Amino acid sequence: MSEREKAPAGGSATPAARRIAGSVVSGLLPPLVAVVAAMLATSVLIAAFGGSPGDFLQVIFSVPNDRVLLTIINQSAMLSISGIAAAIGFRMGLFNIGVEGQYIVGSCAGAFFAGSGLVAGPLNILATLVVAALAGAAYASIAGLLKVFRGVSEVISAIMLNYIALTMAGYLVTKYGQASGYTFTTERLPLDAQPLGFKIFADAPGDVWALSSLALILGIGYWFLIARTRFGFELRVTGASSTAALASGVNVKRMTLITMALSGAVAGLVWMPAYFGSVHTFGVPENFQAGLGFLGLAVALLGRNRTLGIFFAAALFAFLSGQSNNLQSAGIAKDVIDITQGTTVLAVVVAYEVVGRRRARSEAERVSRQLEAERAEVVAS
Amino acid sequence: MTTIDVEARGIGKRFPGVVANHDVSLHIRPERVHALIGENGAGKSTLMKILYGVQGADDGEIVVDGRPVTFSSPTDAIAAGIGMVFQHFMLADNLTIAENIVLGAEKRHGIGEAAKREIRTISERFGFGLDPDALVEKLGVADRQRVEILKVLYRGARLIILDEPTAVLVPQEVDALFANLRELVGQGCSVLFISHKLDEVLSIADDITVMRRGTTVGTADPARATKAELAELMVGSELPSPATAESTVTERPVLRLETVTVADETGREVLHDISLTVHAGEVVGIAGVEGNGQSELVEVVMGMMRARSGSIHLGDDDITRLNTRAVRDLGVGFVPEDRHRHGLVLDYPLWENRVLGHQTSAPAVRRGLVSRKGARADAQRIIEQFDVRTPGVDTSARALSGGNQQKFIVGREMSGEPRLLVASHPTRGVDVGAQAAIWDHIREARREGLGVLLVSADLDELIGLSDRLEVILRGRLTARFDPSTVTASDLGEAMTGGGVVAS
Ligand SMILES: Nc1ncnc2c1ncn2[C@@H]1O[C@H](COP(=O)(O)OP(=O)(O)OP(=O)(O)O)[C@@H](O)[C@H]1O
Ligand SMILES: [Mg+2]
Repeated sequence: MSEREKAPAGGSATPAARRIAGSVVSGLLPPLVAVVAAMLATSVLIAAFGGSPGDFLQVIFSVPNDRVLLTIINQSAMLSISGIAAAIGFRMGLFNIGVEGQYIVGSCAGAFFAGSGLVAGPLNILATLVVAALAGAAYASIAGLLKVFRGVSEVISAIMLNYIALTMAGYLVTKYGQASGYTFTTERLPLDAQPLGFKIFADAPGDVWALSSLALILGIGYWFLIARTRFGFELRVTGASSTAALASGVNVKRMTLITMALSGAVAGLVWMPAYFGSVHTFGVPENFQAGLGFLGLAVALLGRNRTLGIFFAAALFAFLSGQSNNLQSAGIAKDVIDITQGTTVLAVVVAYEVVGRRRARSEAERVSRQLEAERAEVVAS
Repeated sequence: MTTIDVEARGIGKRFPGVVANHDVSLHIRPERVHALIGENGAGKSTLMKILYGVQGADDGEIVVDGRPVTFSSPTDAIAAGIGMVFQHFMLADNLTIAENIVLGAEKRHGIGEAAKREIRTISERFGFGLDPDALVEKLGVADRQRVEILKVLYRGARLIILDEPTAVLVPQEVDALFANLRELVGQGCSVLFISHKLDEVLSIADDITVMRRGTTVGTADPARATKAELAELMVGSELPSPATAESTVTERPVLRLETVTVADETGREVLHDISLTVHAGEVVGIAGVEGNGQSELVEVVMGMMRARSGSIHLGDDDITRLNTRAVRDLGVGFVPEDRHRHGLVLDYPLWENRVLGHQTSAPAVRRGLVSRKGARADAQRIIEQFDVRTPGVDTSARALSGGNQQKFIVGREMSGEPRLLVASHPTRGVDVGAQAAIWDHIREARREGLGVLLVSADLDELIGLSDRLEVILRGRLTARFDPSTVTASDLGEAMTGGGVVAS
């Protein structure tokens, strides 16, 4: 965690200050460089296919209007949750590519449950969150169990499970849902379970969803769990060295199951802000936003599995997507933003590596100057 | 075979917080065995890695046969005739010797009969006695080491660099290795090796270079130098004399194994009918050639393996079916045999490594929360008490030299006043001074009633530290010795199955 990167305590104030400044630079510089590089790459691509990079940059860097701002906030909340779900797996060395499927299953189960009105009033919200999380966890556990007891790679099984999730959700909604227009959806959420939103942007058609705050709560919870608790420590150790974890008394198999379930539980919650905030019903493909689970993996990578990083990455992705809606009018396909997002993740991985090495070198030089005197003594003796 | 003359001049290498090498100069003469000695963290491994192109030097130059060279990778070093065998072997268990050797060097003699012929030739020439078609998983440590050496010879190396090759060997194997090395230099190769065992160094080396605090502080002539002089050059102080402490053995059993039998995944019995008791205040040493069941013995006690039959008690608690966590929680410290795989998370700072294995007890963890403050303070205590050479508790474990990593692990496992210490090779890779210090720590804890199950390949350690010695051979305890009367050769014979069963 961030403390790890700080050099040993002690020493005079100036080097300490310089070190902290160095920390900030090395933490913020790489994503910044990555974004710039990604913009450049996208521009080159657009130019190569006869488009105008100038128009592209102008649209992307225009001041977002209230409507876009609103989308950015709500979307970044959901992306953050998805990123946290992925990060939980990453921290333990699990590549939970199944976030997408768990997200679909959680959303579907949650929507059915909430729509049924089994629990009356605002309590329905809480109960639904529990149901969605449990559904996500249960679905993730399939991949977890397969890995632990049959040695099936979680990546392979999760990819399969992602397809099954989508098909199954479609089937369930058709069978047990209700027709609405051309498609089927779950029963609408009863009015008394619809939380109020926050009307922050006057000119935007809608609210900042109340449950977008879930991202904050989960973000803080994730940080606390990983950085402070014994469970989080064991989870990280298992990710860093499963053999050392074993010798230290961690039951690695159980840890795999729990981590997978936990990751799935968070994944199950991803869509809840949207569901309670505006959609109020679930149906594929119209009344659902597929793909958030996959994006979560990218968000976690970009944010280096840290809470603040994930928030930042989610905001960036939401910002790019939000702005890209205006690209159409400039004659550029909005899908190029997928390229920008992808390149950003790639570039940031490289950038962190470079900065890491540079810092190690400069620190070594600093210390070697400090040790000069001591060494002279030894050589003389 | 053409000979090789390698010289390092003014080598410097810095790491964050540490000057690992500074103005290091060393001349490895053709057809000589050159020993490199020095305290833990003196910079020996770093120098070797630079000579082998694993790490780049910040200053200085390497001169091969009079020509300055620069290595940007081991490939360059091999091309120049320099090969290295690391302390942690890098062999694929499920492949044959030939496949392991040829892997990555297919260009030299192909992958077929020609390659095998070449391997056989080298093996015979230096008296290795290796069969190219044998599976590596069937080999013991000593043979694995020979495969590693053969691997570099196959690639055309004429200078063979060995980082602490004898640390994992029992005395007979050391003799065999040295015979091989003699053969090598007799036929034109040069050898550079590190060892903390000064007897060995004096017996095999033609030249000795001593490093201290990152720099070469002198050379010694093995024909005239004594152990004491070498030690003094290394640490600037006298060699600690082996203390003969009075017995503190009590009647109270701490660990009791009764007719324990263990089988591996394939159903083969790896431990057979083991009965063994460690009393409070007693050190029971397990002597044996590596691979005769000592790892399994440790693992079954630690709950990492299950006994097929028999029972294990810790004091009055039956721990036969307990997992590692539960065993540790009952007051067992554990120094694993492979510090990199089981003892540390290399990328974590020392203070987080202090938590490792002690996740359920203060001061590292309190009420389910990791206590940063407690863990840091206690890591600092270990650094001071066990003389771990490091800039501080925030340094990552990877940045410590091998011996200093080992000291930290021993310090950690002796924290919290354990009832039993299960220690595999507790001083492997540790320099003479630090070794004596660790022994003193163990003796002191023993006086307070600690029971120790000690597995070691170091006969001095076994004899000097144990109250009782048990010999393990092919999964059975085959002999018992009194360390005050046993001789190294008796012990060696029993370990290889040659001797009569003594009592
Ligand atoms: N990758 C690294 N990063 C930072 N510091 C390092 C690294 N490798 C080695 N060091 C430091 O360089 C110094 C010399 O280490 P080196 O491994 O060469 O010692 P050594 O003489 O081989 O000791 P030992 O006998 O314990 O194996 C040590 O202080 C160690 O902490
Ligand atoms: Mg070393």
